Amino acid sequence: MTTTSPLTAEQLSATTLLRFATAGSVDDGKSTLVGRLLHDSKSVLSDQLEAVERASLGRGQEAPDLALLTDGLRAEREQGITIDVAYRYFATTRRRFILADTPGHVQYTRNMVTGASTAELAVVLVDARNGVVEQTRRHAAVAALLRVPHVVLAVNKMDLVEYAEPVFASIAKEFTAYAASLGVPEITAIPISALAGDNVVEPSANMDWYGGPTVLEHLETVPVSHDLTGCPARFPVQYVIRPQTAEHHDYRGYAGQIASGLLRVGEPVTVLPSGRTTTIAGIDALGRRVDTAWAPQSVTVLLADDLDVSRGDLIAPSGSVPALTQDVRATVAHLHERPLRIGDRVLLKHATRTVKAIVKALPYRIDLSHGLAHENEPAALEVNDIGAVQLRTAEPLPIDAYAMTRLTGSFLLIDPADGTTLTAGMAGEAFAEPPSAAGGAADDEGWDF
Amino acid sequence: MTATVTHPEQRDSPYALTHLDALESEAVHIFREVAGEFERPVILFSGGKDSIVMLHLALKAFAPAPVPFSLLHVDTGHNFPEVLDLRDRTVAEHSLRLHVAKVQDYIDDGRLRERPDGLRNPLQTVPLTEGIQSHRFDAVFGGGRRDEEKARAKERVFSLRDEFSQWDPRRQRPELWQLYNGRHAPGEHVRVFPLSNWTELDVWQYIAREEIELPDIYFAHEREVFSRNGMWLTAGEWGGPKPGEPVQTRVVRYRTVGDMSCTGAVDSAATTLDAVITEIAASRLTERGATRADDKMSEAAMEDRKREGYF
Repeated sequence: MTTTSPLTAEQLSATTLLRFATAGSVDDGKSTLVGRLLHDSKSVLSDQLEAVERASLGRGQEAPDLALLTDGLRAEREQGITIDVAYRYFATTRRRFILADTPGHVQYTRNMVTGASTAELAVVLVDARNGVVEQTRRHAAVAALLRVPHVVLAVNKMDLVEYAEPVFASIAKEFTAYAASLGVPEITAIPISALAGDNVVEPSANMDWYGGPTVLEHLETVPVSHDLTGCPARFPVQYVIRPQTAEHHDYRGYAGQIASGLLRVGEPVTVLPSGRTTTIAGIDALGRRVDTAWAPQSVTVLLADDLDVSRGDLIAPSGSVPALTQDVRATVAHLHERPLRIGDRVLLKHATRTVKAIVKALPYRIDLSHGLAHENEPAALEVNDIGAVQLRTAEPLPIDAYAMTRLTGSFLLIDPADGTTLTAGMAGEAFAEPPSAAGGAADDEGWDF
Repeated sequence: MTATVTHPEQRDSPYALTHLDALESEAVHIFREVAGEFERPVILFSGGKDSIVMLHLALKAFAPAPVPFSLLHVDTGHNFPEVLDLRDRTVAEHSLRLHVAKVQDYIDDGRLRERPDGLRNPLQTVPLTEGIQSHRFDAVFGGGRRDEEKARAKERVFSLRDEFSQWDPRRQRPELWQLYNGRHAPGEHVRVFPLSNWTELDVWQYIAREEIELPDIYFAHEREVFSRNGMWLTAGEWGGPKPGEPVQTRVVRYRTVGDMSCTGAVDSAATTLDAVITEIAASRLTERGATRADDKMSEAAMEDRKREGYF
């Protein structure tokens, strides 16, 4: 059951957080869906609604334009376009949500990559009248590339196809086959009408043939945080805490956020890049001494031996240490108008370390819209391009495959001249293997982050 | 039908964090990134609830060592005494260093002129940006949250400002994963918002969980107020009430605390944290919609002020 009445303090205390992203083309009704999720979960407050009504009237529109809730910038309102990712917040009794609202048209790949990088779920919108189109394939490909664990296909505007099951079934089948071939591990298709409110928050009376969850119900119940035990621990050192006070004279703690897996007191660990080994002597979890801590907790780790450890180092269990490399091969999304070319000297930011790097090769670029065709050895990667890059770094880095852990498998390329963020990188192969046809147990391996 | 490739059992792993733990962990990560990458960071600290939560998170992030940042308060001269009192007690308790940039100083020596409407909040921008320049701060923490206002919904966690402290929403850097890019040229600085993903309700729940002390004015109390532009303003030397604005005693509390000239109180009987949380969860008004005059000036008031260097 979906409850949207005001929440009590007790109801609120134990909720979890789901980060998700929406993707859809201009006329697929994404703003309406977002507006309805916010509105029907009572997350749009009356002063915000009044402001939208006032602005809509001032523009000569008769009904309040819910897109004005999400278009926050003057230029967006003036031009009626969405420039950039915006973040929205809403809550139900079961869960709190952070929605990365990514614009569908201008600079879409860049924006969707940005929104999907932190998302645990992506909602891909399709117009039921048009079915799976080029944009849909692009959205599915970006979700697969960023390894978003859950994808929802929302087949919208079902009211305009007489709520006909065969229309939905055929779109769902085509999309599921395509997304599964890219390695998307879980796909849930939901027939909706964002405008009429069918299956968004309330179950639809018009589609009794559909027995699945509404969009909100699915968002409330999809599991967050995969099982961490199968994933090796990674702890990038952010900052060394040395109080040097009388009370804490010998305290030397390594502060950081656990990027993946689980750390235990007493566990043998290796510090990279030096390769020195020791054991974990203690873990401070923001004021509490604990025996174990896991991703994404921010903690302070104390080591048994007095090693030289500083910001940029990575601590990992000695039994599963990432290999060090100066030759990084990665799939990248190029984000900036300035193209990326062979020979470019850049900065590479990986976890807490930034090193110099050179672009050695551009093996291929992928055309996401046409069945993932590869163009070999392009002259440059332009804005919104997805492609492969080979980099040589000035220092060895402990980079994991992005398929294994999102945080120690990802990096940014930065222009050293002015600090511009140029490119988002994901180490290793672009798309995951399709999940095994056997089904049954979820294939969580390789999808943790 | 649902088309599901694999259908894992619908439950969270035992390792799922509560939403408050997840937000706390993220904010601490942001504080430590700034400590690791910048030379001269500063925390904007007014004694209001967001800045108090921000400081609490910074204390946890570096414990048992002290917070490696100083604090900066832009004092409009129209502050609530209870708030200044808590500000000063907090600074003393944690042996912090507080810089104060005073709007009154700027008015006294003619660098700023009092506005006809008496609002001092918009006048904060100049002392703020000059304070940042003169101390050569390169990272400035603010308690801004994306849920406050739709222009803020577009703000990055790390927001680059030019040498005039200006925000250009079209030239923001994309921000992916937890990789924050703090590169900046001399004269530029980065505004950092560790509470970006928090909502008003999250802030209050966290205050309750961590038992953080707040100024009394956040809880219901009797106060002499008068009505202006639909808000209850506190009578005082700052310039209210005008003739025709009768003063009355009401039981009110503040949802947000800025300057007396633009922050309104709300009618409320909530005297405890639990009562405040229940009241906010049921409220049909946003924090700023209820009580901030400065945001009502135009549809793009917040965006325009941010472009000029405001938070």
